[in-house]
Amino acid sequence: MFDIIKKLAQTFGPSGNEKKVAEVITGLIKDKVDDVKTDALGNLICVKKGAGKKIMLAAHMDEIGLIVSHIDEKGFLRFSNVGGVHPWGIVGKRVVFENGTTGIVWYEEDKDDIKNLKFDKMYIDIMAKSAQEAEKVVKVGDMAVFAGDTILQNGRVISKALDDRIGCAVLVQMALNAPETDNEIYYVFTTQEEVGLRGARTAAYGIVPDMALAVDVCMTGDIPNCKPMAVRMGDGPTVKIKDGSVISHPHVKDRLMDAAEKNGIPYQLEVMQHGGTDAGSIHVTAGGIPSGGVSIPSRYVHNVAEAVDMNDVENAVKLLEAFVK
Amino acid sequence: MMEQLEILKKLTSLDGVSGDEGAVRDYIISLVRDHVDDYYVDNMGNLITYKKGSGSGLKVMLDAHMDEVGLMVTKINSDGLLKFQTIGGIESRVLVGKRVRVGEKGVPGVIGFKPIHLQSKNERSGAVDKKNLTIDIGAKDKEQAEGMVEIGDRVAFEYDPVEFGDNKLMAKALDDRVGCAVLIELLKHDYECDIYGCFTVQEEVGLKGAKTAAFQVNPDIAIVLEGTTCYDVPDTKEHSMSTICGKGPALTIMDRSVITDRELVTHIVKVAEKNGIPYQFKKTISGGTNAGRIQVSGTGVKVAVIAVPCRYIHTPVSVMDISDFENMLKLAKKVLESLPVSMTLYREQGGIENV
Repeated sequence: MFDIIKKLAQTFGPSGNEKKVAEVITGLIKDKVDDVKTDALGNLICVKKGAGKKIMLAAHMDEIGLIVSHIDEKGFLRFSNVGGVHPWGIVGKRVVFENGTTGIVWYEEDKDDIKNLKFDKMYIDIMAKSAQEAEKVVKVGDMAVFAGDTILQNGRVISKALDDRIGCAVLVQMALNAPETDNEIYYVFTTQEEVGLRGARTAAYGIVPDMALAVDVCMTGDIPNCKPMAVRMGDGPTVKIKDGSVISHPHVKDRLMDAAEKNGIPYQLEVMQHGGTDAGSIHVTAGGIPSGGVSIPSRYVHNVAEAVDMNDVENAVKLLEAFVK
Repeated sequence: MMEQLEILKKLTSLDGVSGDEGAVRDYIISLVRDHVDDYYVDNMGNLITYKKGSGSGLKVMLDAHMDEVGLMVTKINSDGLLKFQTIGGIESRVLVGKRVRVGEKGVPGVIGFKPIHLQSKNERSGAVDKKNLTIDIGAKDKEQAEGMVEIGDRVAFEYDPVEFGDNKLMAKALDDRVGCAVLIELLKHDYECDIYGCFTVQEEVGLKGAKTAAFQVNPDIAIVLEGTTCYDVPDTKEHSMSTICGKGPALTIMDRSVITDRELVTHIVKVAEKNGIPYQFKKTISGGTNAGRIQVSGTGVKVAVIAVPCRYIHTPVSVMDISDFENMLKLAKKVLESLPVSMTLYREQGGIENV
């Protein structure tokens, strides 16, 4: 499964540019599902047919990144953020464009304290000697993502883009396992989550499922002096009670907890103060869709390197398989 | 061109603060009714026009919002002065000393301020709080004011359109009467695709009209026609200029409300380059447009935004380059004439090509 995670995490896919991720996923699971389609927003919708309930499982393909807003005469790129990126968190970091062009993020050093840093005082250096040279490889409007390996260490994964390629990997693994069920399973790989839960809204409208789960990452409360949160990495996937965008439907939440307990799968309850998930836009779509979420506890979410525990990932697959039975 | 420019000038001279777009709508109906197959006004006040194409079957929604930023009367003081609330994003600093028209009758008024002679030192250097501003309609007391205006009346800026300088136009409400003027012209021509020309309401207060319009139209593709921010005046670093006046219509890649469809934007760029029409990309990701609402309507819509750069947007008067307006007309028309049906093939094909 680590190979799937690595392949997905290393694929380029900032919000609005998820096509390559969709292609990788399609290649991995198209033989295991009955139908594969994309919609106007680029959502990849894979269906395993069944006569029972329609269950939508959503993981978003997009990752945070930067967008080029201007190229100056010396070849430096000015940029803005795509999704939640901290200006001070990316100083000195490497970014890479779809065509492989690599750059270093830096800032105008004569400006005041780094904690007040704003994107318009920052730039990407792609080693171009002039605007002309830069424009050969990068255009205004091109997006870049953060660069970084995907490695396994002490049973834990360190990588860029685990938010939410780890959710994609969980759904891919589940589709490959092809759990037996009468229910109709929609493996939905959504777009533009990081900029406002947009893809999931139209995907859900097209499906109108009986229930839906967002499979994403959540923050943890197990690192030094962090904001308190009763979730620890390695203690199991979470059953979402609420996040910043949704309060889980009681039936969905209970069904998840039942599935975990009956099958001896470790789980934790997730109350996340900030941050939203696709469930936030799915549950208010059409006439309303009972929704909840299963999250992989993740340290350093929205940073250049994020981390998850493989046990949580594998148990998330098990929990979802038990849920859809 | 003179005709389209005269229509734009007339459009900017009409008042249509969000929620009160009737006068603008009536004028637009009078111009487009003979050029479309059908039209109606929906519950929110959107004007939705339909023009059947000659064959491709592609459903294309064109959006331009009729509303403008302005004020609303919230209270009539005992001395006959009017308290107000801003409608849409307006900064207090730009309000002071401006002439306005109040309500349907267009009662003249002015946003008064204490003259410099009477201000304390602090008052001179401090920020303006709109809570301390009032509209003076020349009434001697509350009773007389009540005979002239009502609470809830919309207040629009008084600013006649003026052509000036190097092919420039200054006018109020260029955001988004310039889009309306482009859409009116587009409806006068014939295309292969089916056109739903939507003149929408309440964009400035949260992209509201477009949401219901898109739900009714359920298009394959939507192009939003806008007036956008432009700040190319001195003391701005080049990378902080969102667009540049006179450098052609601006295309949005991303703003706070939307990431536009890559395939559609690429098509627009190709059309511009093929026809030698200048264009630029909007360089900042600030602000939002109706594209944000339309894109996530129903099962999703491929969207793009084409906009005329407007200096001093969201103030009582803005400035545009007339050549940007002309080029936007040309570009939008050429784009509509060349939209490939393949753009919606994903609906029939399913899956991703070339896996």
